Amino acid sequence: MAETTAAADARRRPAIQLDPRVIAGGTIVAILLLTAIAAPLIAPHNPLDQDLLSAQLPPSWSAGGDAAHFFGTDSLGRDTLSRLIYASRIAVIVALVAATLACAIGSLLGLAAGFFRGAVDQVVSRLIDIWMSFPPVLLSIVLAAAVGAGLSSVILAIVVVDWTRFARVVRAETLLQRQLDYVAAAKVAGLTPMAVLFKEVVPNVLPPLVTLLSVEMGIAVLVEAILSFVGLSVSTDTPTWGGMIAEGRQLINQTPWLLALPIGCIIVTVLGFNLLGDGLRTSLDPVQRR
Amino acid sequence: MGNGAVLRRLLLVPPTLFGVAVVVFVLLRVVPGDPVSMMISPGATPADIAALHARYGLDLPIGEQFFVWLKAAVSGDFGISITRRQNVLGLILGRLPATLELVLVATVIAFAIGWGMALLGAYFRRRSPEWVVDGFVAISLAVPDFLWGLLFILLFGVLWPVLPISGRIDPRVGVDFHTGFFLLESLLTGRWTVTGDLLRHLILPAMALALPLSAIVTRVLKASLGEAELQDYAQVARSRGFTRRRVLIREALPNALISTVTLAGVQLTFLIGGTVLVERIFSYEGIGNMAVDAMINRDLPLIQGLVLTFAILFIILNLLIDLFISWLDPRLQHG
Amino acid sequence: MTVPVLEIADLHVALAGASEPVPLLRGVNLKVAPSEVRGLVGESGAGKSMIGRSIFGLLPSGARITRGRVTFEGVDLAGMPDAERRDLLGARIALIPQDPMTSLNPVKRIGEQIGVLLRVKLRMARDAARARALDLLAEVAIRDPARVIDLYPHELSGGMRQRILIAMAFACTPRLVIADEPTTALDVTVQRQVLRLIHDLQHRHGAAVLFVTHNFGLVAKLCQSVTVLYAGRVVEDGDTVNVLAAPREPYTQALLAATPRFDRPADALALLDRAVTDTLLADARAYDAAHVEAYR
Repeated sequence: MAETTAAADARRRPAIQLDPRVIAGGTIVAILLLTAIAAPLIAPHNPLDQDLLSAQLPPSWSAGGDAAHFFGTDSLGRDTLSRLIYASRIAVIVALVAATLACAIGSLLGLAAGFFRGAVDQVVSRLIDIWMSFPPVLLSIVLAAAVGAGLSSVILAIVVVDWTRFARVVRAETLLQRQLDYVAAAKVAGLTPMAVLFKEVVPNVLPPLVTLLSVEMGIAVLVEAILSFVGLSVSTDTPTWGGMIAEGRQLINQTPWLLALPIGCIIVTVLGFNLLGDGLRTSLDPVQRR
Repeated sequence: MGNGAVLRRLLLVPPTLFGVAVVVFVLLRVVPGDPVSMMISPGATPADIAALHARYGLDLPIGEQFFVWLKAAVSGDFGISITRRQNVLGLILGRLPATLELVLVATVIAFAIGWGMALLGAYFRRRSPEWVVDGFVAISLAVPDFLWGLLFILLFGVLWPVLPISGRIDPRVGVDFHTGFFLLESLLTGRWTVTGDLLRHLILPAMALALPLSAIVTRVLKASLGEAELQDYAQVARSRGFTRRRVLIREALPNALISTVTLAGVQLTFLIGGTVLVERIFSYEGIGNMAVDAMINRDLPLIQGLVLTFAILFIILNLLIDLFISWLDPRLQHG
Repeated sequence: MTVPVLEIADLHVALAGASEPVPLLRGVNLKVAPSEVRGLVGESGAGKSMIGRSIFGLLPSGARITRGRVTFEGVDLAGMPDAERRDLLGARIALIPQDPMTSLNPVKRIGEQIGVLLRVKLRMARDAARARALDLLAEVAIRDPARVIDLYPHELSGGMRQRILIAMAFACTPRLVIADEPTTALDVTVQRQVLRLIHDLQHRHGAAVLFVTHNFGLVAKLCQSVTVLYAGRVVEDGDTVNVLAAPREPYTQALLAATPRFDRPADALALLDRAVTDTLLADARAYDAAHVEAYR
């Protein structure tokens, strides 16, 4: 009939509403940040302390467990809970730094490609094509192997692989926005291309970008886990969730909880970032573009 | 899409592949560490090492090395693997069928789950089944393929050991195949027990790969179905007395599939990339597993060959998806 | 007294709102006799679409009939078993939709879309249905039916698509056709052809037509009787000739006076008298306020 229900439903929703996912995801991310910052205060033991007499202890609630080690210990007697807590620091650093850098670089390139078009667009698009032809995992492993183990190589690997994600979205949005009337109006009003770019186009590109940034943080945590699983991340002393997974995989029959717990941490963390990102998208976007 | 568009896409392939090759080549040569270090025996003299370098062309400047490799590659010669001492092309072709079968089974599972969940969620909109579907999607999206793999190993390998968690086939089962396509062959020759064993080995890694893709398919298809249901042509169909179920499946679904395939197509390339870790975790003998080994051991010829193989697979996949989309959407076929 | 093809008695439709239900239709009474062509006039938002949706049982989510009945040939549509009502729809009661550009499925060929209708509603075999589809296309003056039948909607003009939709509406010899602003989305030049077509087909099949529009000019051309709707209520009802000559209600007068006419200069469009607008506005405000509240 004349008016579809979708239009009527869309009009019923008010301008800015706090999506419950933002609250849920935000809470998880906040807890993660707090854990990372307050690690020395909340961890019961030093994560590097080895106690061979208490090696491979199960969690405190099962048979043979020790109350002093809530989640048990690994084969070198290191307290699992403390290692999990300290590993969150690596996760947070990687998430914040790598995701932001990838976002910044990718967005700038995408913006340039979409706005200036021509040769710039051709070069950036070809680069994206080439990059998309690699399996991301493979590329990050190659890069990390090339640069050598360490936090900076992990961050580099993530940035170099994932900038394309941002570039593509920003480029598409920019191309779209460019054609809209208000950009032409701004040009007619005498603004320079750069001014038009920043005053008109950028604010409209921000909502999807914010979502992508949040999701990218989750991805960064995953990539770090993969790289430490393969042994290419920080040195083996520093606890990382991925490293703990690798150890757990080795001794899966003796200490299955060493595998399950870091997996749980990663899942909850990524879930938190994803929820936050999804929720922000629907909250920030005044026109329900979905 | 019209023939012009197909041609343009095909013309872009060689430069893209070239770019891929250059990037890999440069990256690997930048690696600190000697690629042939594994093959140096204890009593080797500097002359021996130099001879080894010369044998693998590593004494030439990078630019020359690249062109030597390129010339050979174009005629199908990808060199000899440093770690395995065999022809790279032969190694890759030997393991490729295993990965292809895994990818195929995973894709089928992903779309089966995706379609089923999306239709359920769309039909039972705003009622409890939709929340279940949404919950499944949220969890699946947060867990990447390799974590699913590890979880499955925990669940079905340790806690409740009902399925095998490594390898492609039970060594006790006869492995007299003519091709590398074990599954296909066993199906065609009717050896059902072998098929059963192969599937039991495939199911866990395939599920690990399939779940993230199925989550995306579910989410996009459900949203597209919801939109399509509200379109005028669907409403008009309802005004003709067709049930909601019929309109959903016969009118909305064909339209919803178009945007779904477009978006899910990208995720499918992630599935192929995911084989690297998943095969590793399950000790499945495909090219993904071989790639991790090659990377760790700095086996340059093998790495180059494998990366190019993956790139070619991606490109073929993208092209197939584009062709499929233009077949689905008649509006794209004209100009 | 013959049974009216369509009878709407005291129809109240309300939308479930945040605090109170929002009224969409407030006691609509409407009758369409067999083979009668009745116009349904009102501005956007007056409730014309809701009447159509109530007939087809396609109210938007949250909307419900709170009082009154819709009967077809004497039988209550809401009280009928589902399967029976669905048999009627598309066959005895048909719709000519408003926007031809979006009312055909873009990924199916014309022949397929008409064919499905014929096969399901008239239980025709595939070949017979295809032949009948060709006849239908010819009936609506499509010049090359054999070519058009295998085309996709996007390969046809808006006028052609609307004619196909009209063909599909009349395909199963309906007793009642609801034409939902069928010419609004078309060019002026094409509008005339389409109107002529509807008139011809109505005449040939003897169907009753409820012609929904906001344009009094079309009503004057096509409809024997007219019902005027405002803010969910019927404000005037009668033979077109009478209503046009001597409209009783101030709203109708205003509507007529505001309709651009060939023989009157544009600046002669009359403005409403202040007293009239105040009454109308008060009524409309109450109606709209409830709506705005619901949309919050």
